[in-house]
Amino acid sequence: MNTHPGLIGKKLGNTQIFLEDGDVLRVTVVRVGPCTVVGKRTLEADGYSALILGLDDKREKLVNKAQKGFFEKAGVSPKRLVRELRLAEADVAKYEVGQTLKPSEVFEEGQFVDVSGKTKGRGFTGVMKRWNFSGAGTDGHGTHEYKRHGGSIGSNMTPGRVLKNVKMAGQYGNENVTIQNLKVARIMDDEQLVLIEGAVPGSRNGYVTVRGATKKKNAGRPAAAAS
Amino acid sequence: MSGVVPAIAAIESAQLRQLPDFRPGDQVEVHYRIREGEKERIQVFKGVVIRRKGGGNRETFTVRKVSYGVGVERIFPAHSPKIERLEVVRRGHVRRAKLYYLRNLRGKKARLRQSQRGETDIKKINAG
Repeated sequence: MNTHPGLIGKKLGNTQIFLEDGDVLRVTVVRVGPCTVVGKRTLEADGYSALILGLDDKREKLVNKAQKGFFEKAGVSPKRLVRELRLAEADVAKYEVGQTLKPSEVFEEGQFVDVSGKTKGRGFTGVMKRWNFSGAGTDGHGTHEYKRHGGSIGSNMTPGRVLKNVKMAGQYGNENVTIQNLKVARIMDDEQLVLIEGAVPGSRNGYVTVRGATKKKNAGRPAAAAS
Repeated sequence: MSGVVPAIAAIESAQLRQLPDFRPGDQVEVHYRIREGEKERIQVFKGVVIRRKGGGNRETFTVRKVSYGVGVERIFPAHSPKIERLEVVRRGHVRRAKLYYLRNLRGKKARLRQSQRGETDIKKINAG
């Protein structure tokens, strides 16, 4: 489980930037602020420790009573998106409820991060798009009305059934996906933006969670990797 | 498409460079920084612009020249910091935006008529 600090954000889109030496870098622009700490989970009260972050204000009218009480207790305005980040207790203690986090407080440039989000929904999708099957591939050899099919799905009497997890057509996309080890290309505190090298799950204006990389040392911070 | 997001438009426009006004058909000299190991030097690529493509900081242009009888084309990112200088040498008169037809022409046929936009124009552009 990822227990590194992170932020929640909104994917704005992709563009490219020039590095100082003139090389082009393709990046995703993510607005990670203003991210506010709206609460905490503690071992005593909840059995686990986590930080609850909120992003973007919500109209008063859209908040039900339970939520209203929750936000009032934290002393912050109602948030549109609320997400928990599981963190070690010591890390949770570093933050205060009501505090607004700056991107540079959580990330540094060159750091590796994991980005989670909900991928674009593609509906009920055939095997060619969903599993990269090649289809019939040819018009010859008598093939007809079978151009985008998957072909065989198993053997005959043995085992006499279709094995589990055989790749077939079905719902594709609209699932939570984490892309690991993406690099933070640039942090722009004033605009509350983080530019992340490469692509990030989800559509434009989709919400994502950006956290330090689990599979790198010290949450993927470059300073630690060098030592 | 992404240009409509103000935050992204700001990032992109911050990287735009002031380029001389050049068009397909113009003969240009591109002074391009080349890194060879530790050393850096400037290489001049002189040829005809046959295409400008893309917008914002993603714009590229293609320069074509014939070198020792072999056609050579190079694509440059228009706003790259690696372009030290861009000079318009000659204005060409062309009637389309993409000059792919030049690839099929060689020798005298591949020449372009000088544009009405004259020499004074060039001097003004290179200065500015």
